[in-house]
Parts: sequence; C-alpha cells; structure tokens
Amino acid sequence: MLLGRLRGVIDSDVLERVLGVAVRTGADFAEVYAEDKRSTSVGLDDGRVEQVTSGRDRGAGIRVVKGDTTGFAHTADLSEAGLRAAAEAAAAAASQGDGATRTIALTRGPARTVSPVAQYPDDVRKADKVALLQQMDDTARSAGGAIVQVSAGYGDSRKHILVANTDGVFVSDEQVRTLVRISVVADGDTGMQTGYQSAGHTIGFELFDQISVDELARDAARQALTKLTARPAPSGALPVVIKRGSGGVLFHEACGHGLEADLVAKGGSVYKGKKGELVASPLVTLVDDGTMPGEWGAIGYDDEGHASQYNVLIQDGVLTDYMWDYLRARKEGRLQSGNGRRQSYQHLPMVRMTNTYVLNGTEDPDEIVRATDHGVYVAKLGGGSVNTASGDFVFGMTEAYLIENGRITEPLREGNLIGNGPEVLRDIDLLGNDFAMGNPGTCGKDGQGVPVGDGQPTLRVKSLTIGGTAA
Amino acid sequence: MSQELQGLADRIVAQARAGEQVEAYVSRDHETDIRVYEGEVEHFVSAQSEGIGIRIIRDGRTGFAYAGTLDPAAIEDVLAEARDNVTFGTADEWAGLAHPDGVDVVPQELWSERLAAYGTEDKIALTKELERLTVATDSRVRIDDANYADVMVESAVATTTGIRRSGRENGCYVSVSTMADDGDETQTGFGFSVGRSPDEFDLAKAAREAADRATRLLGATKPTSRRTTVVFDPYVTAMLLGVVSSTLNGEAVAKGRSLFKDRIGDQVASPLFTLVDDPTNPLAYTATDIDGEGLAARRNELVTDGVLQGFVHNSYSARRVGAVSTGNAVRAGFKGSPGVGCLALQLRPGTRDQAALVADIDDGVLITAVQGLHSGVNPISGDFSVGASGLHISNGTPGAPLREFTIASTLQRMLLDVAEVGGDIDWLPMRAAGVSLVIRDITVSGA
Repeated sequence: MLLGRLRGVIDSDVLERVLGVAVRTGADFAEVYAEDKRSTSVGLDDGRVEQVTSGRDRGAGIRVVKGDTTGFAHTADLSEAGLRAAAEAAAAAASQGDGATRTIALTRGPARTVSPVAQYPDDVRKADKVALLQQMDDTARSAGGAIVQVSAGYGDSRKHILVANTDGVFVSDEQVRTLVRISVVADGDTGMQTGYQSAGHTIGFELFDQISVDELARDAARQALTKLTARPAPSGALPVVIKRGSGGVLFHEACGHGLEADLVAKGGSVYKGKKGELVASPLVTLVDDGTMPGEWGAIGYDDEGHASQYNVLIQDGVLTDYMWDYLRARKEGRLQSGNGRRQSYQHLPMVRMTNTYVLNGTEDPDEIVRATDHGVYVAKLGGGSVNTASGDFVFGMTEAYLIENGRITEPLREGNLIGNGPEVLRDIDLLGNDFAMGNPGTCGKDGQGVPVGDGQPTLRVKSLTIGGTAA
Repeated sequence: MSQELQGLADRIVAQARAGEQVEAYVSRDHETDIRVYEGEVEHFVSAQSEGIGIRIIRDGRTGFAYAGTLDPAAIEDVLAEARDNVTFGTADEWAGLAHPDGVDVVPQELWSERLAAYGTEDKIALTKELERLTVATDSRVRIDDANYADVMVESAVATTTGIRRSGRENGCYVSVSTMADDGDETQTGFGFSVGRSPDEFDLAKAAREAADRATRLLGATKPTSRRTTVVFDPYVTAMLLGVVSSTLNGEAVAKGRSLFKDRIGDQVASPLFTLVDDPTNPLAYTATDIDGEGLAARRNELVTDGVLQGFVHNSYSARRVGAVSTGNAVRAGFKGSPGVGCLALQLRPGTRDQAALVADIDDGVLITAVQGLHSGVNPISGDFSVGASGLHISNGTPGAPLREFTIASTLQRMLLDVAEVGGDIDWLPMRAAGVSLVIRDITVSGA
C-alpha cells in the first residue's frame, strides 16, 4: 500500500541512475522529490453548491547542490527520460564544471505512520461531502434572522511523496488531509459582521466522526451575531488574555519564524546568537512537533526525506535550539530536525514549522481573567505576520471582548494587535493549565504555503498594543 | 506554440455532449528564478509547468476538474471528472459561460522578444550587480538576498459558446531585500524594478530604495496614541486600493457581501477620489487585452468625484444583477474557474508631489509600510487596522522614524476622509497603481 502509485512509476534503479546524472558535473549533493496528489474540493455559497473540483498534481523536482549553489528543475514527466532531462537541467543550473562519476546506492527507509487513516477520502462518495456543506449552511442560517450569507468549503487531499538523494536516503510518505470551513455574514443596524470556523486534520473522512459540523456552523454564526453589537476596540497598550487554542499564531509569529535556521544564518533573526539565553518568560516551553498525530502540520517524513521529530525550541524560557532543514544542518555539521518542507514538487524546500505549541502552565484559566483588572480577552485570532529581523509582528483578533474588573464584558470589533517578539515573550506573566490545539493554518514564507498547526493554553501578555479606534 | 494549446482546447470543446456548455483552459509557463547572496548564486531555478482546467455546465449545474499535465490520458480523466462533478452542483439559473459580446480588444504589447532571448549569464550578472550597488549605498546595509525572476506564459481558452482566444506574455523583475544594523537593532527594507525586458530595469533606483527603506527606520520609536493625519506612500496606497477593490467586486455585491451594495449614485468617498479600473492602459503593470473568460479587457470608471458609479463583473455576476460583464473575470491559472476582480486600478492623480503634501501638515505620520492587511482588515464590515511604520511629520517635514504601531479607522470613513491625492503616480507591480494619499482622522495606536 505504501506509495503504491509512485513506487510503480519510479523504481529505485531509475532513481539511482537519475541521481548519477544529477551529480555527473561534480555536484556535492542531488535529490529527487516526487509527488502524486489527488484532491477534491467543494464550494457552497449563497445556498448553492457552486462547484465540485477534482485535481491531480503529479511531478518531480530535482535539486543539485554544488558548493553554495543550488540548481533546481522540475517536471511533470515521471518517465526515466523526463527525470534525466530535469536532472541535467538542475545540474547545469548548479554548475558548469565537470566531475567524476558517482555511484549512488539507495536503501529504502522504514514506513512511518504518524497519522493513521481510517477512511480514505477517495473512497467516500462525493454526495456525502456535498451533504456536509448543505448541513452546515442550514445550521448556520437557522441561528438567527440576522444571518444574511453563508459560504462553506470542503477539501481533501491524498498525497504520496518519494524522496531519494545521493546520501542514500530513500523514503516515501503518504499524507492525507481533510478540512471543512465556514464563513457567515450577519447584518445589523451598524453594518455587516463576519464569523469563521474551520476544522482540519491529517486524517480521512473519519474527521466527521470526531468533530461536529453543526457546532462549527453554530459557532461561526454566533461570532457574527455577537459582533453586531460590538464596540470599537481600544487604542493603545493593555493586558491581553488569549483563550486556549486560539493564540498559537502569536508564537508562530513572535518567535517561530525567528527560530528557523535559514533566517538565523543570514543574520535575519532577532534570536541569532541567543542559544542558551533566557529569551522568554520562564513559564514558556515551546515545541515544534511534526509527530503529533492527526494535527494539520503532522508528517511522517519531511520533504527532504527525514523523519518528523518532536523538537523543544524554548525550555522554561531558555532558547534550546533552532529548526533545521537538511542543507543548513549539513553545512553546520549537525543533524537536521525534520523541518525541511516545500509547497509542492515545483518548489525548493526550506526550514518550516510543523505543529508549534506552548506546553501547559499551572493557572486556572478563569483565574487569569479574574486577575486582570482592565484588558482585552481574545477568543479567536486571525492570521499574522512578522518581520523576523526587527521582531515586530502583528496578528488579527477576529473575536475579542473587553475585560473589566476581572470579568469578560462587551464584544469588540476586529483589529490587529502589534508587538515585538522578544518583548512579548518576556511579558507572558500567566500561563493556564488548559492546553488546546487551534485551527488548521497555512504558513506562508518566500511565496510558498505549507500546512501548519499551533496551540497553547490560556495565557496573559502583560502589555500589547491594541490597534482599535476607541480612546 | 499558442496554436498547439488552442488546438488542444478546441479538441476538448468539440467533445461536448448535447446540453453541455464546455470550457477548456490550457496553459504552459516557464519560470527562471535566480537568487544571489554575497556575490554567489545561491539558487537557480528553471521550471516549466503546464496544465488544463475543464469546466462543464449542464442544466445550471457546474463541475470542474484540472490536472497539472497535458498528458492525453490525464486530459481524458479531467474531462470525465468534470462531467461527473456536474451532478453534485446545485442548479443555478444564472450559471453559464461567457458569450462573445462584440467589444473590441485593445491590443497590448505583452511579449518581449528581447527578454525571450536574454542570456542566463546576463541575468546572473545583473542580479550580482544589483547586490553590489545596494551594498555600496550605505555601510550599515547588509543583503538578505538579491533576486531575478522571469516568467513566460502561453495560454488558450475555448468554449462551446464561441469564445476562442490564445496568447502569450512574458515579464521579469529584480528585487533586493536589505537589513540595516545599528548596535542591537536591525531594520529591513526592499527595492525592486520590473519590466517587459531587463533593459527596462533601473538597478540604481532599486538599490537606493532598498537601502533607504532599511536605514531610515533605524532608531525608530513607538509613537504616542492619538488621532492624526497620515500620508500614505504610493506603495501603501496601492495596498489600500487592493482592499477597496474587494468591496467593488460584483460577485460580492450579488451575494450581499459588499458594504457598498445598494450604494450606486451615493457619495461614498471624498470628491477628490476618482477610481478607475483600466487594464487597457499600457502603463499599468497588469495591463492585459483579455480577461479570464476571454472577453476584451476594458476601462471601467468605478468612483467619480467620490460618487459610486458601479461594480466590476464577470459574466456570472453580471447575469445575477441584470448587468453585462465588465471584462473583469480573473483566473488564477488552470486550477480554478474564473472569479471576479479589478484588473488595474488607478486613482486619478492630483497635482502636487509628496513633499508638498507633507509641507501642509503640522503634526502627522508618513506611512511607509503596513503589515497585517490579511489579518486586521475586514472588507465586509469595513474595520481597518494594520501594523505600520513610518516617519513623524512635524511642521511640514518628515523626521523621526516610528515603528511598532497600528493605524485604524473603517474603510467607509477613510474614503470620505481623503484630504488630497498626490500627483506622483507610480506604476507598481501590483493590481493598483500607487500615488501619495492624505487621509485625516486616523487613529494611531502606540505607546
């Protein structure tokens, strides 16, 4: 079953010959990454199933490294001739010299199943996928007369990857993803407001035995309806309490990207040279974990053929390590950390996060709110972005409330929060004991998107700048 | 080459069965991507990809499928999948493909033989030159990376409704990312130059801007929170117009998601605000001759002297609201059906340059960069809040650098609060041209 499709298409002796071609001009390293992906998506909007889309993406990317130069070419032609042509193009891109012949011997690595799949989405009738969205549409619309529009989406994919390189790595992985999302618009006296929910896991259609699409729909509708009476968010610095499972993006932006070794190596991270130093509140232990079963960033092998890992990045506030891809680790003479990822066979791998989360603290989450006199409670965050060199980052709050005298009170309109990564990490002064993972995310870097997860217990940041308009 | 793709699209459409509308879109592109770091090529990517997307509509139901290959067996699968997917759609009386509408195409020069023939070594050399020029600008400046990229795309579309178009286009750019250091502090910048061919690049300008953007922020502090007047740099204005464009999207209007639905004829912006979508203007980076459904691209005036004139449509959204397509179908390659969007927005420029605009302001902020447009701006509610950096304007002069603050208002208020449009139009590599813009009554949140 493992990699049936690609294994039938590309034999190990073909890969050995292609890698031989790739390093014929004297390169240090060559790699073949092949991918075969089938996907289905369904879009429902305005009460109609607008379109069911079926997709097929199949091809191989060949990377050749000579000295500090990487050559890369990709092809949708997986025949030996097609792969050889791409290998020659990548080799030419990496160098102009000529070198000796190298013999490549591949040894197949063991299969790794991080997220077992019970029901492959390609075995599920399209009508069942469509029905889920119609159910969500009905549920959201029945939440109240103020709900004026609903759109919902379903997506699944089954991707086989194969990685072989001149260091003898030869592995394959199967990655299954299933996701559902819903956006709701409510209309009131002060205009329209929106709500959003999603759920996605690296499993098959059994996702819908584990989650309730009705609950997602009701929650999205509730957010939109609640915000109809929201008042403008405050402007200025205040304590911010972030609900469990909704604030992982804060760590993703405040320090996750800054701990990627490629950025660190070029001096583009505020965390450069800080290994062993206290970079966060001692309450914070931050992990990047590609092995967390079922989570959106879970993988058996990364896209350079290395087993996913559980990596502690910050232990009790002290920076313990960065995240590494294979090339960067090779250069530094150390082990990679299973963080070499890419969007598709058409892209070069880079250092990327997988599932990034903060471990539990000890506080009762209700006590964290009670301990806050005046501040903002963020129940749901949108996206964010960071400038890793300066450390300044923003993230959006899509559901938030005022905290007054230790109680959550009025809903607030949307806005961005802004902070500086190292300062915010030090300013975390209360950490809850109610850890939860958050919604599935897509992390963008250098034009490539990869699926990631994040999570955290309820926590408080002593001071963050809230980008609202109210005095 | 385009004829080969057109022939392929035609052959798919010829397989339509009775009662089916079929659209086939085929494309092939070639990209070169060069990254230079410290005088050496860090990576060189040479990539070709191709694919096909097939849309079938029958009895008002739509199905779609695509494949990232033009392998004949795969194409047969795509056609069969699209046909199967039709059965699961909801019947929609407005569903359907575009029909030829008789509007003449305004020809555009979208292909440069000069770029097509440009040598690899020359591309590498000019990327290294850009890095060298940038480092030479200022001793505090380091390079993150210097890049060259070009893309050549050829595509063809055919439909059972009589649309048949093919064409090719190429373009290239260079960019450089910088860091400037002062003690523990690091700030970043970027510069770029675009062209149909590398002959149009202005490397010196890209280098200077990349260095300036990073160095001028060194020593920046957080501003105090207050309401004030801001001046947007042309680049920031172009980003704002990108957000505004989603409120003018005919599909959002038809589905009740635009805050400007039912507002045609109303004063929605300052009388100084005239907004045009004009992909036929050859100066626009996104100038084009046809839209994503194969209809002629055309000029559409959306806001005149602050009064809302209309929205942009593709054939579907137009049918829904009883209008005609404005030639604004947008297609992101072969993997999806066309949506609706503005193609090349432009604010009618004023007459004064940025220095003159700033000179009239006693206390304000010149906004040179914004962050978080995807997370703190909601084009449905109109809430607008973004991270920003810039320069404090004091007594008519831009001075002390500012960072780590937000600016906030609502889209509705901001358009009405436009106090002046600059005359410094800049044809940026975006779907909107840039121009300096003065907006009153923005909330700055900082210290």
